[in-house]
Amino acid sequence: MGFQHSSTPTLQYSAGGDSAMIVAYRKNIQELKTALAEHKRILVLGCGTCVTVCLAGGEREVGMISSALRIAFRLDGQEHEVLEATIERQCENQFIEDALKEIQEADAVLSLACGAGVQAIAERFPAKPVYAGVDTKFIGVLQEQGVWTEKCIACGKCVLGSYGAVCPLTRCAKGQLSGPCGGARDGKCEVSPDVDCGWQLIYDRLKALDRLDLLLDPAPLTDWSQSHEGGCRKLVREDQRIKVEV
Amino acid sequence: MTDFEPKVLALCCHYCAYAAADLAGSMRLQYPPNVRILRLPCTGKVDVEYIMHAFEQGVDGVIVAGCLEGGCHFQEGNLRAKKRVALARQVLEEAGLEADRLEMFNLSSAEGQTFAEIVETMTDRLRKLGPSPLRKHGVME
Repeated sequence: MGFQHSSTPTLQYSAGGDSAMIVAYRKNIQELKTALAEHKRILVLGCGTCVTVCLAGGEREVGMISSALRIAFRLDGQEHEVLEATIERQCENQFIEDALKEIQEADAVLSLACGAGVQAIAERFPAKPVYAGVDTKFIGVLQEQGVWTEKCIACGKCVLGSYGAVCPLTRCAKGQLSGPCGGARDGKCEVSPDVDCGWQLIYDRLKALDRLDLLLDPAPLTDWSQSHEGGCRKLVREDQRIKVEV
Repeated sequence: MTDFEPKVLALCCHYCAYAAADLAGSMRLQYPPNVRILRLPCTGKVDVEYIMHAFEQGVDGVIVAGCLEGGCHFQEGNLRAKKRVALARQVLEEAGLEADRLEMFNLSSAEGQTFAEIVETMTDRLRKLGPSPLRKHGVME
């Protein structure tokens, strides 16, 4: 395998009605047109997993963005061929192979996958120019149709169990682990009246669970070396590896 | 370009606009022959891709005609179409095409006169906007 993929399957789907996912949003057509201008044969490649669920980079969006690009190029008098394909997942080599022929035949790939998918395609095809067609926003859930909210910053050391399953690092703008900052008004964060105070949510939930005692324990210092601050992360599980160390 | 006659695609809901177009015919109402009607079971069937493809093929304008708000046979198909049309207008503009080449209208099946007026309105607007710059690339001449 050309690249290592540390998969975190629990982030892909939750058991409930809401689906947890990597949330993204499409880039502006003119921005894409400018970035792709030098390539004649462009493959717009969708991903059938998270970005399909958040309606940013699935088969349907591939159709819309490809069509818009064809229109934009033609209006500029440029001759470009914009091709379309969507695979189940772009973050796994096994699925990338499904679009092998299409990718090989294209001069460049506009990937509508999340940042992980875009890079997986690029690593699999070292000589192929690969561009991101969406902005990867966050790991979140579908709160209601058309509304997505961030739920996890992938800090690498989950503390949800101590906070009533409300993440203080994600939900509190200041990422405070030892209590509210005092800036909240009527349960809303001082950053914006649209943002719930994470600590209000933690308090309310622990109170409902009759577990306010959890807040009496002093919070240990966060080990940020487990987060992205510790550099690009890699998860290796020897029990799952096929390669046998001799 | 005085002799320019726009080609307009009308995506019509079976329960209202299509019936209204039929009524306009029965009433012998005069309206521009520039429109090509495509019947859909509901405007909720309209996808942004349909609209984009029509423009790619070289139509000068697209009408999406659905039931009056609150009167959709499938409860909210027309309301969904309204949002998709708004998205399609945004994407068209980003691509460099005038958003006004696309418009959604609402009418009931009893409004033959309204259908004729809608076609008149769009045809007039498109005559002013001129032919779609994509025409020469599309299948439409």
